[in-house]
Amino acid sequence: MNKKHTLAVTVENKPGVLTRVTTLFRRRGYNIESLSVGETENPTISRMTIVVAGDEKIIEQVTKQLYKLVDVIKIVDLTEERSVERELILIKVKADNNVRAEIVQIVDIFRARIVDIGRNSLIIEATGDAGKIDAIEDSLKPFGILELVRTGKVAMIRGGRP
Amino acid sequence: MQLNGAQILLHCLKEQQVDTVFGYPGGAVLPIYDALYDSDIRHILTRHEQGAAHAADGYARATGKVGVCIATSGPGATNLVTGIATAYMDSIPMVCFTGQVGTALIGKDAFQEADITGITLPITKHNYLVEKTEDLYRTIKEAFYIARTNRPGPVVVDLPKDVMERKIEFEPCPQEVNIRGYRVLKGYNSGQVIAAVDLINNAQKPVIYAGGGVIISNAAAELRELSELRKMPVTTTLMGIGSFPSNSYLSLGMLGMHGTRYANYSIGEADLIIAVGARFDDRVTGRIDSFAPHARIIHIDIDAAEIGKNVDIDVPIVGNVKEVLSAINQRLSQVEETSEWHEMIGRWKDEFSLRYGTSSDGRIMPQHIIEKISDITRGEAIITTEVGQNQMWAAQYYKFKHPRTFLTSGGLGTMGYGLPAAIGAKLARPDLPVIDIAGDGSIQMNIQEIGTAVQYKLPVIVCILNNQFLGMVRQWQGLFYGGRYSYTDVSQQPDFVKLAEAYGAVGMRVTDTQEVDNALNEALQVTDRPVIMDFWVDREADVYPMVPPGGSLLNMLGGE
Ligand SMILES: Cc1cc2nc3c(=O)[nH]c(=O)nc-3n(C[C@H](O)[C@H](O)[C@H](O)COP(=O)(O)OP(=O)(O)OC[C@H]3O[C@@H](n4cnc5c(N)ncnc54)[C@H](O)[C@@H]3O)c2cc1C
Ligand SMILES: Cc1ncc(C[n+]2csc(CCOP(=O)(O)OP(=O)(O)O)c2C)c(N)n1
Repeated sequence: MNKKHTLAVTVENKPGVLTRVTTLFRRRGYNIESLSVGETENPTISRMTIVVAGDEKIIEQVTKQLYKLVDVIKIVDLTEERSVERELILIKVKADNNVRAEIVQIVDIFRARIVDIGRNSLIIEATGDAGKIDAIEDSLKPFGILELVRTGKVAMIRGGRP
Repeated sequence: MQLNGAQILLHCLKEQQVDTVFGYPGGAVLPIYDALYDSDIRHILTRHEQGAAHAADGYARATGKVGVCIATSGPGATNLVTGIATAYMDSIPMVCFTGQVGTALIGKDAFQEADITGITLPITKHNYLVEKTEDLYRTIKEAFYIARTNRPGPVVVDLPKDVMERKIEFEPCPQEVNIRGYRVLKGYNSGQVIAAVDLINNAQKPVIYAGGGVIISNAAAELRELSELRKMPVTTTLMGIGSFPSNSYLSLGMLGMHGTRYANYSIGEADLIIAVGARFDDRVTGRIDSFAPHARIIHIDIDAAEIGKNVDIDVPIVGNVKEVLSAINQRLSQVEETSEWHEMIGRWKDEFSLRYGTSSDGRIMPQHIIEKISDITRGEAIITTEVGQNQMWAAQYYKFKHPRTFLTSGGLGTMGYGLPAAIGAKLARPDLPVIDIAGDGSIQMNIQEIGTAVQYKLPVIVCILNNQFLGMVRQWQGLFYGGRYSYTDVSQQPDFVKLAEAYGAVGMRVTDTQEVDNALNEALQVTDRPVIMDFWVDREADVYPMVPPGGSLLNMLGGE
């Protein structure tokens, strides 16, 4: 059964590591749904959050092949774990005076924020899990989306365990 | 001690006990070549960087040590690529040093700049671009460590010219390699070993399927013990050839596309397959859903990613073949007699022994030549091959006895591999005859290396099975494309005897079956230069038996 998995991949913070990971996915035909990278509390280590879809066998192969990369230190599949998942979205939406109030309401409901006001548009920032981000995008669509960017997911296990 | 980068490199090579390197100079590696000028490391100057890579690979396969080659930046480095990919596919330990433009020029499309670490990313086990002379020592140490441990493979180390020129205060410090993301696998799961022993004890029709991993881990003795303890027949992959003596009554020869019928039938009938250092390649399994339909499968491999990759496994054991087999063997009791299973296999062996017909055009049958080479060298030579029919006949008809004596490009199937690999092997094992079984097509891909063999007085023998065709491709066109021989006739070819002589090698032409013996004996007498033997063989002889691509192992063509 195809299912989305969120992998937290700890890697060396070195040039070329991202290419090594993406080359592996391309070569083996695995599809990255989203990927985000950033430095961790230890500046020699980066953390990638990779969302990949596949059945158990594919995810097992992805994990084993990733482990073979010398620069990959640790992989945790967060899918089955109790974890916090967040994504950030920026949406520039058409907003003339007639609809501004309505949009502000939606923004409130989703606990999003307006971060820029233009003559005929607003930029809205929201964070949340994928479901929430999809929902806010859907709600704003009828007004006319001018531009949209999503960061891809970051995630962390809840509680004390690393 | 003040040393420049190039001198540090040579210091590292000595520390790694490298005695021979293969290479080709150029602008970006001038500092390295200057340091080599004073060094007692033997540098073999090939005629093409691809030759250097394959020669290092041949050296590695013949010895189990890490092969080393050197090329300059840009075209020198890109010429290594096929050799690196060849080693990668067959898990061969190699470290390839490439020159690079100075660090200040990287990324500027400088003269002879090529992004070799980018290019080789998917065909190396790991690679490095060294940015500071201070990093050299640790990097090179890591490169050798990664190349030879766990599942071996090639590592590229890219060396910018200024990094090699700069002098630093150098203190050799024997520090241990410690890489956060890379651990050498130790031990195995003993519960799995017990589960395997249990399956083995209860099997009625077991087959051992041995691959290149047995050779890599130097476990031929353990494999033999496993087989003999329980009287279990052994089939090997192309890469596993030599891991089990082919003259043993328990040997089934090779399995797969051009394996023996009895090996493939045994797989089809088996109730237990013990896969040892083998990776269930599609040339071996044929149609995957009809592979070993009645068998439980034990899979021993050092690379966890190989387990379950192509075939579902009942008892996976991640570990080093040598260690795991000794653990299994310790828990097995000897059985004395053979069973119905052996009678069944015996009948297949009688009925379907490897065989070939007579020539349709009066020329020599290529299989006969391999049988003669096998007899005359008593199975004690190192055989390298090119790719195609020549390679398959060598695998089928030479009676190998020892590991590290059959050097062939299995995974990538690189035409042009055999001659440079033979040069590497001869330098590693001057005590053994080294023979490249070649096709007339393949040999022309790296024929220039005959010059290398002449220069270093290496008596390697090239046996061209000259059918004036790209034979293996022609065979497929004959079988699957209605005999339309599209661009596979290569009868426009040089006079190989004159070509040999022009290089300073010995050239011989053999056109008559009666002459084969004498010619081979004569060639084996030559001690100071290479020999090219041009055997005129049956033009349209095919390799049989054969599993058509994508077919089941039980439906073989030919060889009845
Ligand atoms: C024209 C042509 C025809 C071919 N026809 C055939 C054919 O008919 N039959 C056939 O068998 N092949 C054939 N091949 C070769 C085929 O393509 C594969 O290269 C070969 O089958 C792979 O062999 P292997 O499974 O032994 O794996 P190898 O490539 O040798 O891999 C070795 C395995 O052992 C593991 N390993 C390494 N070291 C250790 C260790 N220390 N401990 C445990 N495990 C270890 C590795 O992880 C790997 O999984 C053909 C090739 C060509 C070019
Ligand atoms: C570098 C490379 N190019 C193309 C091929 C495809 N190929 C496989 S076998 C073969 C024919 C080889 O012909 P020859 O060397 O004459 O050997 P024969 O099969 O006749 O023994 C070819 C072209 C290959 N394996 N390697």
